[in-house]
Amino acid sequence: MIYADNAATTKMSKAAVDAMTFHMNETYGNPSSLYTLGQRSKDVLDEARAAVAKVINAEPGEIIFTSGGSEADNQALLTAAAIGKEKGKMHMISTAFEHHAILHTLAKLEKEGFDVTLLDVGEKGIVTAEQVAEAIRDDTCLVTIMTANNEIGSIQPIREIGAVCREKGVLFHTDAVQAIAHIPVDVVADNIDMLSSSAHKYHGPKGSGFLYVKKGIKISNLIEGGAQERGKRAGTENVPGIAAMAAALTDTYSNMEKNAEVMSSMRDYIIAGLSEIPHSALNGDAERRLPGNINFCFEGIEGESLLLLLDDKGIAASSGSACTSGSLDPSHVLLAIGRVHDVAHGSLRLSIGEDITKDQADYIISSVKEVVEYLRSFSPIWRDLMEGKKEFIL
Amino acid sequence: MALYSDKVMDHFRNPRNVGVIEDADGIGEVGNAKCGDIMKMYLKIEDEIITDVKFETFGCGSAIASSSMATELIKGKPVAEAMELTNKAVAEALDGLPDYKMHCSVLAEEAIQAALEDYQTKKSAS
Repeated sequence: MIYADNAATTKMSKAAVDAMTFHMNETYGNPSSLYTLGQRSKDVLDEARAAVAKVINAEPGEIIFTSGGSEADNQALLTAAAIGKEKGKMHMISTAFEHHAILHTLAKLEKEGFDVTLLDVGEKGIVTAEQVAEAIRDDTCLVTIMTANNEIGSIQPIREIGAVCREKGVLFHTDAVQAIAHIPVDVVADNIDMLSSSAHKYHGPKGSGFLYVKKGIKISNLIEGGAQERGKRAGTENVPGIAAMAAALTDTYSNMEKNAEVMSSMRDYIIAGLSEIPHSALNGDAERRLPGNINFCFEGIEGESLLLLLDDKGIAASSGSACTSGSLDPSHVLLAIGRVHDVAHGSLRLSIGEDITKDQADYIISSVKEVVEYLRSFSPIWRDLMEGKKEFIL
Repeated sequence: MALYSDKVMDHFRNPRNVGVIEDADGIGEVGNAKCGDIMKMYLKIEDEIITDVKFETFGCGSAIASSSMATELIKGKPVAEAMELTNKAVAEALDGLPDYKMHCSVLAEEAIQAALEDYQTKKSAS
């Protein structure tokens, strides 16, 4: 099987599995307990916190362990909302193509009286610092913009956006779930106040993540209870999960440059191959793009049938078609970059890993070509397009 | 459990009666590209019997499987009997569809109905 859905989740690395099993077997004490076994668990948390902080150039005390990216996103937004409310600042800025953990939380805050501006991301899926600067008002309490998009891989100019926010005194949060350990992120240089990350996107376990909150920002809780995580996230810590996250992050981050080189060259090779398919289009920016992300629209076909036939050929991928989401609308990301419904249904995302080989890339290209051609052979839309009864969109 | 039954996957992987009938006696097209499903049915009818049926579908796995199954259910049947085809019969013949995919079987029923109506219209005109 060729696993090309690394943006959905990744296989755990050996370092992560080893750390996890070791700590499940050996370090089972409660970190809040006084005796040696418990304190050993606390040491594991401290070490993991330091390791995680180092990767993003933060202080260990600025890291809160969470259950993953969604929880971190929720906590960041509710933290900013509470601070904003106190100061009478009830305006937030984001983009139209954020993850639903952001968009749905913003929708909830709107119901509580917040005003939300969603910036256009343009046809390449990149928002500019100028757009952010123009949107900031006197009552803006938060700018939240993802570091890189999960579907189309476009990388946002977060350093410039962070600088604008810092200058204007507005909190800046970034959902860096797709970016951490794949592209460099430095919370100091990038002027980031809050950042969300999830372990299973860099070969760590599912159910582990972290939120970085710059020192001095008053954090709001999602979960009340004990004094874990300095009282900001109650509940006995997931010691094996946290240790495995730190091991995965350290390991993947130490190979980041090497991996990015391999992945981006294979990415561009596959993009070139799939571009040969007539009436297809790359989604997202060709240059400012995550190393492993490939996303195309193919006119005249529907994404779910494409995925099922690729699965039959041993290729695991994903699509922004409505049918793969269980809703009637295709991906909000593809709609945000201006793809109309008709072609957004025919999208394919391949997110390759660092272990991809050229033979696998060739196999992906030939398989996608074959399946697209096959599905078009009995697509009534394709017939209409070919017979000139309809205009091609792509 | 898998997303689809073995029968759905069989009809999706090996769709029956795919294609067009150039001199069809009835053609029906339903759905729209915006929603992600379009089905087109072609019927050949002799003495009120459906002697041949072909389909073209743009859509998901269950849309393709529903089209395929619907053509099998009406091929060789009298027009009157084909008029009675329900989406439920299509879904049952496929050993069920996930709830949110039931609309695919509805489209299949509607495509057959549309093709039969087209046949009736053409017949009464001639």
